[in-house]
Amino acid sequence: MRRFWGFVIKEFFHIFRDYRSLLILFGMPAVQLILFGYVITNEIKDAKIAIYDPSKDIVTRKITDKLLSSGYFLLERNLKSVSEVDLVFRHGNVKLVLIYESGFANKLDKFGKARLQIIGDASDPNTANILVNYASGIIANYLISINSEKVPMQIIPEVRMMYNGELKGVYMFVPGLMAMLLMLISALMTSLSITREKELGTMELLLVSPLRPAQIIIGKVFPYVFLAFINSCIILVLGNTVFGVPVQGSIILLLLESLLYICMALSLGILISSVTSSQQIAMMISLVALMLPTILLSGFIFPVENMPWILQVFCYAMPPKYFITIIKSIMLKGTGIIYVWHETSVLVGFTIFFLMLSVKKFNVRLS
Amino acid sequence: MRTVLFIIQKEFLQVFRNRSMLPIIFIVPIVQLIILVNAATFEMKNVRMSVVDLDLSTTSRKLSDKFRGSAFFNIRHASFSYHAAENEMKKGNIDLILNIPAGFEKDLIKENHAKIQFIINAINGQTAGLTNAYSTMILFDYNREFLIENLNPALLAGIRGIQTDYSYWFNPKLNYKTYMVPGILVLLVTIIGLLLSGMNIVREKEIGTIEQINVTPIKRIQFITGKLTPFWIIALFELAFGLGIGKLLFNIPIEGSLWLIFLSAAVYLFVILSFGLLISTVTNTQQQAMLVAFFFMVIFILMSGLFTSIESMPAWAQMLDRLNPLMYFIMIMRMVLLKGSGFTDISRYFWPLVIYAVCAVSLAIWRYRKVA
Repeated sequence: MRRFWGFVIKEFFHIFRDYRSLLILFGMPAVQLILFGYVITNEIKDAKIAIYDPSKDIVTRKITDKLLSSGYFLLERNLKSVSEVDLVFRHGNVKLVLIYESGFANKLDKFGKARLQIIGDASDPNTANILVNYASGIIANYLISINSEKVPMQIIPEVRMMYNGELKGVYMFVPGLMAMLLMLISALMTSLSITREKELGTMELLLVSPLRPAQIIIGKVFPYVFLAFINSCIILVLGNTVFGVPVQGSIILLLLESLLYICMALSLGILISSVTSSQQIAMMISLVALMLPTILLSGFIFPVENMPWILQVFCYAMPPKYFITIIKSIMLKGTGIIYVWHETSVLVGFTIFFLMLSVKKFNVRLS
Repeated sequence: MRTVLFIIQKEFLQVFRNRSMLPIIFIVPIVQLIILVNAATFEMKNVRMSVVDLDLSTTSRKLSDKFRGSAFFNIRHASFSYHAAENEMKKGNIDLILNIPAGFEKDLIKENHAKIQFIINAINGQTAGLTNAYSTMILFDYNREFLIENLNPALLAGIRGIQTDYSYWFNPKLNYKTYMVPGILVLLVTIIGLLLSGMNIVREKEIGTIEQINVTPIKRIQFITGKLTPFWIIALFELAFGLGIGKLLFNIPIEGSLWLIFLSAAVYLFVILSFGLLISTVTNTQQQAMLVAFFFMVIFILMSGLFTSIESMPAWAQMLDRLNPLMYFIMIMRMVLLKGSGFTDISRYFWPLVIYAVCAVSLAIWRYRKVA
């Protein structure tokens, strides 16, 4: 046992001596959290619009005012003719064009109907869709306000936003960020640190030492469990103090689940390192095959339910998806283990599966 | 010149000799392109919902039928207890609860207005906003139909309406894939380019072969050129390959000139590859190089406007984003491919890239020292 601890301490020295990596390792969660909290929002505001308004009467001015005061839109320019639409889109800034028909207020009064055209720049379909929705919502509200005395029998919807009343983006990103960074540190760093010994030839020295292979592997990954755990604490504390992301449920359960996820990622890292012989390949596998799916197939940014079913099947094979669901449940919904036991057991299953596979693949002899 | 050619030949040999590296460079990114493009969708369908109908009248039943008939909603659960529905939301089985209180129909006819509730799971703020918009739209539609059925036409005529027509230019069907393919392609080319170049020199340092090059009479500029060119060719080839796949499988429009795309790509790759080589020269181990590369890559990617729009970032972040090469290239790709923008349209994104490329290459050459 004393030999083993000696080995672990050596590994710690290796890591702490490399202050540059350490700085990045601990700086990364902070920088990324700030990025997510302040910079990356998927809400849209101040979208530039252009307006073609030949009638310029009370109603069109009122509607334009309502649109511009909503905070979603900024008037970029007034068009002089319809033919300019193509030009403003192609130049790239304007996202939405509004075209009133001429004599707008007049027609509305006389015939009870006037026409309005909304054109979105759908080369970015998501933004276009959302902006058109916002604009038509504002116009619908305006209509209700001018008709209010006349319309009987109205159904009034009351909307309640659960768990995230202000619709903050950080609520989504804190769980995702934890899943991503823990995966990076645990899977990637361990696989690199083990293959590094192989590449430099020092693995042979370790294998002929009286340490058993299992001890070598555990000793190698132990410091990373520690680092990853500290990192997840940093994310939680920063998320809570700076951005006010709450921890509704039990913090101990949350930390235990994180530990489970870290173990899962570590066993994946061990598996990767047992099938590769060079750092470059280990890194490529981890980064290309793990990082992008962790970001895109886990419900981190894009909701899983919206994907085609065949991809949803893929998503169910992604461990981060389960972890993100667990964290969201515990942190934001305040649920206990009864609500997440299913996901938890899947994570345990993944861990055992990866470990068994790497034990099978592990070669004590190097070529 | 011959010296440079030798280095180039050596690098190519090393890449192509490595059996496990080849599929990672060429096949994995393409597979990812195909999978990820399908995953990256904000398009909403199948919002899982629960209906709590305590009124049980014709009107309330027709209202929930309206939701059942819509393509956006998928009624997964119905109950007479709000708590049961909320529990389903806690379990993560549904994202929207439509709560129709008892006496809904009576209120609507007698009191002239009635209330219902939408309870939305708002952890993902954006989907929550859209869910709200869609369900309100369905409700208003239903309300209008209800009025037409129950009201005399004379009263209806007094209601003023604005007829809004929508059109979506450049992509009338709001196909999200055509938007994502160019962006994800840039992403994959960037990742491969940055990793190949970022790990390259530091690997030679780690296994010690850098010493052998340092004692040769090769000049710094020759060395960097020799290291850069093979990856530059590989990455350009990969871009072409990916564009071909995008055209064949996703039928992405190529409105503008391909020459313009490749001209910009050529400049852009100089930036990325020299940045990679720069990382490689300042680090000591591959692990370090990888961490540094990853750190910058994540920031570049997240701020590039690939997944979220740049306009909604705060002003200081938009200023900072001018340092982000990825942002320029993704903009150029989308503008040229999807809208057919010409050189004058993209010039304000193109010239910064050129300046960036010149700086990055000179920095990489300057920073490389022929000492161990």
